[in-house]
Amino acid sequence: MARYHVRVFRFVVRLVRDESTAEDLISEVFLDVWRQAGRFEGRSAVSTWLLAIARFKALSALRRRSDEVLDEETAGAIEDPSDDPATALEKQDKSTMLRKCLAGLSAEHREIIDLVYYHEKSVEEVAEIVGIPENTVKTRMFYARKRLAELLKSEGIERGWP
Amino acid sequence: MNTISKEPERHEIEALLPWHAAGTLSRRDADRVEQALAGDRELARRYDLVREELAETIHLNETLGAPSARAMERLFAAIDAEEARAPRRRRSVDFGSRISEFLSRLTPRTLAWSATAAAVAILLQAAVLAAVMVKDQGAPSGPGLASAPSEGSYAVVRFAPQATANDITNFLGAYKATLVEGPLNMGGQLYRIRLSETKLPKEEVGKIVRQMQSESKVVGFVAARE
Repeated sequence: MARYHVRVFRFVVRLVRDESTAEDLISEVFLDVWRQAGRFEGRSAVSTWLLAIARFKALSALRRRSDEVLDEETAGAIEDPSDDPATALEKQDKSTMLRKCLAGLSAEHREIIDLVYYHEKSVEEVAEIVGIPENTVKTRMFYARKRLAELLKSEGIERGWP
Repeated sequence: MNTISKEPERHEIEALLPWHAAGTLSRRDADRVEQALAGDRELARRYDLVREELAETIHLNETLGAPSARAMERLFAAIDAEEARAPRRRRSVDFGSRISEFLSRLTPRTLAWSATAAAVAILLQAAVLAAVMVKDQGAPSGPGLASAPSEGSYAVVRFAPQATANDITNFLGAYKATLVEGPLNMGGQLYRIRLSETKLPKEEVGKIVRQMQSESKVVGFVAARE
């Protein structure tokens, strides 16, 4: 139970970047599940259905939010490290830097990276959750990874791709 | 095959690498990617980058924490509110039938996802818990759980009047127990819980029940039951 609840929570919190809002939203998600259980047609995995509901609620909440979600430029500006010794050491830690850059991606790019890598969704399932064609899913994933490489490069990590 | 005709194919294979790393490609596509990786060192190097991203994305998500108990409390409060608005007799039937219908529609494909079993647990447990919280004495509010498995070790429990849905959820979680049936036709808002999926020795069941009896904030009565 906890694991499932937590996965939906993490998907939402990565989109809205606010734990309190995410908690409210997942309550709404599971309430909708309860209300709509009879309408579930079994054509897709339950998790895909739930993530689609969660995504819709998260995006609706973002649209309602007056102070708009942090975009990647803003996040980058906040997280931009100075060259103190601690930061220099952090720069050497590729894994830490990779996670920092993953967190600095735009909502659209974070979403697709999370769905593919963390929520283990196939091309078809991502297309269903996000509501885009399968080819667009592949293209968007490519650009998300490309943007990630650019962010890493700006932090001094050259990956030799793309 | 010359390089011009190979390049689009390579691009197509490269686009699949994230899904290959996550293990979500079809067998056919996975074989294509494996074949390409075996004969293309640059593609294999790029695949290593994908695997790094995958590992750090999982790491990042796993450090995001978990929702507080407040979220579940809010959910049950909302369910309670909806139940209270519905016609008294009908609401339990509706609740159970919705959950039963939902569960009956889960195909083997949907059950393939590792956490789907947990999703089922949520809904099943939510169904019974909601019945507990509604405390509808007049209606046979067991949410269609007659098919609950009979193997394993069980106990009968009556929850304390002040116990919240969250208290009950935490209590069941602490003992790895599952609500499977209730309220039973024995009066007194009794519920059957499964202590273990396998048959435990009588002494072991007695020990668990004694521990449960000490949790008076959540449990009013508990006894072992065959």
